[in-house]
Amino acid sequence: MTTVEDASALFQAPVKRSILDRPRATTGAWSWVTTVDHKKIAIMYGTTAMFFFLVGGIEALMLRIQLAQPNGTFLSAARYNEFFTMHGTTMIFLMGMPLAAAFGNYFIPLMIGARDVAFPRLNMFGFWVFLFGGIFLYSSFVLGGAPDGGWFGYAPLTSTPLSQGFLPGRGADFWAVGLIMLGIGSVATAINFIVTALNMRAPGMTMMKMPVFVWMMIVVAFLTLFAMPPLTAALIQVFMDRNFHTNFFNAAAGGDPLLYQNLFWIFGHPEVYILILPGMAMVSEILPVFSRKPLFGYSVVVFSGIAIGLLGWGVWAHHMFVSGIGPVAQAAFSLSTMLIAIPTGVKIFNWLATVWGGKVRLATPMLFALGFIAQFTIGGLSGVMNSIVPSDTQQNDTYFVVAHFHYVLFGGLVFAIFGAIYYWFPKISGKMLSEYMGKWNFWLMVVGFNLTFFPMHFLGFEGEPRRTYTYPSGMGWGTLNLMSTIGAFIIAVSVLVFLVNVIFTIRRGELAPEDPWDARTLEWLTSSPPPPYNFAEVPIVEARDEFWHRKYTEDDEGRLVKLAPSAASTIPARRDPNEPHHIHMPSPSYWPFVLALGLPIMGYGFVFKLYWLIGIGALITFFGLNALTTEPATEESH
Amino acid sequence: MLDRMQRLRRGALTGVGAAAAIVLLASCGATGPDNEQNSLHPAGSADHTIMNLFTPFFWIAVVIGVAVLAMTVFVALRFRAKPGDDREPVQVHGNTVLEISWTIVPALLLAIMAVPTVATIFSLAKIPTGPNVVHVHVDARQWFWQYEYTDKGTDFYTANELHIPVGQPIVLTLTSSNVIHSFWVPELAGKKDVVPGHPNTLTIEADKPGTYLGQCAQYCGISHANMRLRVIAQSKADYDTWVAQQQTQLSAAKVTQFTTQISNQWGCLSCHSVTNLASNIGVTIGPNLTHVGDREAFAGDIYPMTLTNLTKWVYDAPGRKPHGDLVGWMPDFSSRGMTMTQAQQIAKFLLCETATDPNSHPECR
Repeated sequence: MTTVEDASALFQAPVKRSILDRPRATTGAWSWVTTVDHKKIAIMYGTTAMFFFLVGGIEALMLRIQLAQPNGTFLSAARYNEFFTMHGTTMIFLMGMPLAAAFGNYFIPLMIGARDVAFPRLNMFGFWVFLFGGIFLYSSFVLGGAPDGGWFGYAPLTSTPLSQGFLPGRGADFWAVGLIMLGIGSVATAINFIVTALNMRAPGMTMMKMPVFVWMMIVVAFLTLFAMPPLTAALIQVFMDRNFHTNFFNAAAGGDPLLYQNLFWIFGHPEVYILILPGMAMVSEILPVFSRKPLFGYSVVVFSGIAIGLLGWGVWAHHMFVSGIGPVAQAAFSLSTMLIAIPTGVKIFNWLATVWGGKVRLATPMLFALGFIAQFTIGGLSGVMNSIVPSDTQQNDTYFVVAHFHYVLFGGLVFAIFGAIYYWFPKISGKMLSEYMGKWNFWLMVVGFNLTFFPMHFLGFEGEPRRTYTYPSGMGWGTLNLMSTIGAFIIAVSVLVFLVNVIFTIRRGELAPEDPWDARTLEWLTSSPPPPYNFAEVPIVEARDEFWHRKYTEDDEGRLVKLAPSAASTIPARRDPNEPHHIHMPSPSYWPFVLALGLPIMGYGFVFKLYWLIGIGALITFFGLNALTTEPATEESH
Repeated sequence: MLDRMQRLRRGALTGVGAAAAIVLLASCGATGPDNEQNSLHPAGSADHTIMNLFTPFFWIAVVIGVAVLAMTVFVALRFRAKPGDDREPVQVHGNTVLEISWTIVPALLLAIMAVPTVATIFSLAKIPTGPNVVHVHVDARQWFWQYEYTDKGTDFYTANELHIPVGQPIVLTLTSSNVIHSFWVPELAGKKDVVPGHPNTLTIEADKPGTYLGQCAQYCGISHANMRLRVIAQSKADYDTWVAQQQTQLSAAKVTQFTTQISNQWGCLSCHSVTNLASNIGVTIGPNLTHVGDREAFAGDIYPMTLTNLTKWVYDAPGRKPHGDLVGWMPDFSSRGMTMTQAQQIAKFLLCETATDPNSHPECR
């Protein structure tokens, strides 16, 4: 192990270093490549995911330009199909999941009073796999065609060998291999989160004293852990059918296309909760802080989150209501889907009750959280309408469904993420984002979002199917589509305001107070940004919302009473001159990077059937794995 | 007392809110354009059943949605901190009675909704039988629909345009030997996927004569958007006339003319057939051309049946409908030496010689 910054310099001894020695840089570009600090990794996750958010957003704008009028000619059919496939794939695998990983990485350890995650190098590996997976997927645009079979990649469209030309180009191969790769990273992160949250909580923090955020991230991690394997199996089968003449999904040879749908959606529905639960987690932290009240019904919110996680495994066939699964299965999955609305509704009511009677500050994070509640509710209700099978036979695969899940994933998740960024930015950077620009950001996004997606409900009813690159004039869909396109550009302006806000704040924003929001949870008990070791002294936890209870108590009528500032509620200064020198932190390492680097190389080998390249990738991976397991745990320089 | 600014702001907010609510409710109440493909304009028994279930649930959802929306705005504004207000809120941690009730009430509501839902699921799944049921085998292709009328005495093939008699249930057997498609005519019934190796059935029935549009609803490759169809519902008498026309074969002279003057040079008959009875069907790779001149549109129902459109199509089909790398698709004949004049001759044959009533096309008169 190495010691923290200053100390490691002090102890540098003239020992001959071998290639297996641990890297030492703590600043500069190289330190970011080798870091195992969960906070640095989180920042890399976050910025990379936001970059992909912009890329996916630009793809969405292209789609919207094409659809603004009937018979659009802005994009070719092939390009349109690539863009809608990559828009979905990007927003789910390269934006939604990694942003959850970013916030989980940064705040799980801080909220539970830990100094790092359980497996710092695995953490780093997860990030590099994500980055390489994203680059791998996007490299397809210049290497023979991007994925164009839809983010759901139904077989046999995607699984039929290239020679039959069902899908032009090698997109489906890139898609299958790329998602397998991203799945590896997600599972690594999930295991890390579970072990961290279960084993590394500060003394006194029982499970029922954990912040709801941590609870929900545990649920998300378990869902990820069990949802990725069936997806991986399905993708391997697609790849085998396509390249090695297996017949898993080839009906002519006895294969079954519905097998693919079952495998995909047993991943795909839990995936929806993998995406939305982190949003619920963020909102559950923001609402109490800005209402100055504890979360209403903490245990009910926690258990309904768990219930959503469990029920999420029993609803996958509601994506297949029109596949011909028969009335018994339709009825069963209809009921199970309705059932999942109950814990979801409970959460919404509990959030509203949290705000009720509070002292509400409508700061930007709170605005986004409230926007989440309203818009997510609309998405939830249209979801219940989809559970009514006869109704769904009209709505399925139309713009109604596009509206539905954007209300959940954009109106819900993305709003929660923006709220979370405004809320935690001072913690991460030590600077406050501009509230003025924040409000412009919020209101433009509300207007743009609703203008984009609300009309789509009606386009669906009026017969416009999804995933069509064009529609004839005379169908009467032009006006609503044009509204939708205008809305999309308003969203783009809103995101631009956000980017300006971030860049301006980082350059010359005002320094944040140590506890700008009068917050409740442990991440605010340390300086902003926190030191590498997070807490000089591991906090002893006595209450749920520990930090709050070090500042306030309640009188007999339940009213808040401010406590006199004490040592326990004092946040250490940003640069403590007496910075502790004896906290042992995990050493940086090169090998997660090397290990991850082997995967895309193997991936290209598989896509282009270059067996020697697979060999090189495998060698790099095994070398990285070997080095990772044999590198010295402790610097020998002590 | 509110100061003027606050009152103004509150007024503006209420105004915007009310306007939004009115627009919202108005748009919910309207049923959209009369585009013959609008699920809110039911014209068949299945869509009537669906709409009867959908409409009350839709309004329940609207009411709940508006209530939650209003509540969100209300709590945010009602409990908003005011300047100089140093009260501290009561720290309520939860309320068991409330929490139980807002678990049970939605559960009851959903239970009530579940009963008619399940009943409707089973009623829609029933496959009608009897002498008045018409059976059609729908085979989905990339990217058109082939229909085979399979009832006794009506064994013929056609494409894209499905003629049906009103008031009679039509049982469609849906098959595909390529990728998954979805058969959808919103005004008549919900959609049903067409899954390779997994024949599905769908029952449609039209109340009144008319044209009902539809299109493939499951992404099926590059020209998914160009896989449209229409259902033409006719009175029993008109329908019987149409069936008789379809079963009338082209004269031997015409078949010979097509074979020797057109197909031998361009290879049409290696994919298309100019006979359409099950007994003499020939190849069925492309749409059946026996009575193509009787149809209102072609190429997956995307181009109106005119001489100009058909000429352009014959000349360069891939330029008119993208097919990517799909093997065995209609080639670009212009690159194989076909001139526009030749294309027009072929188009004219298809339009005028195959039509039961050539005079229905001004170009043939």
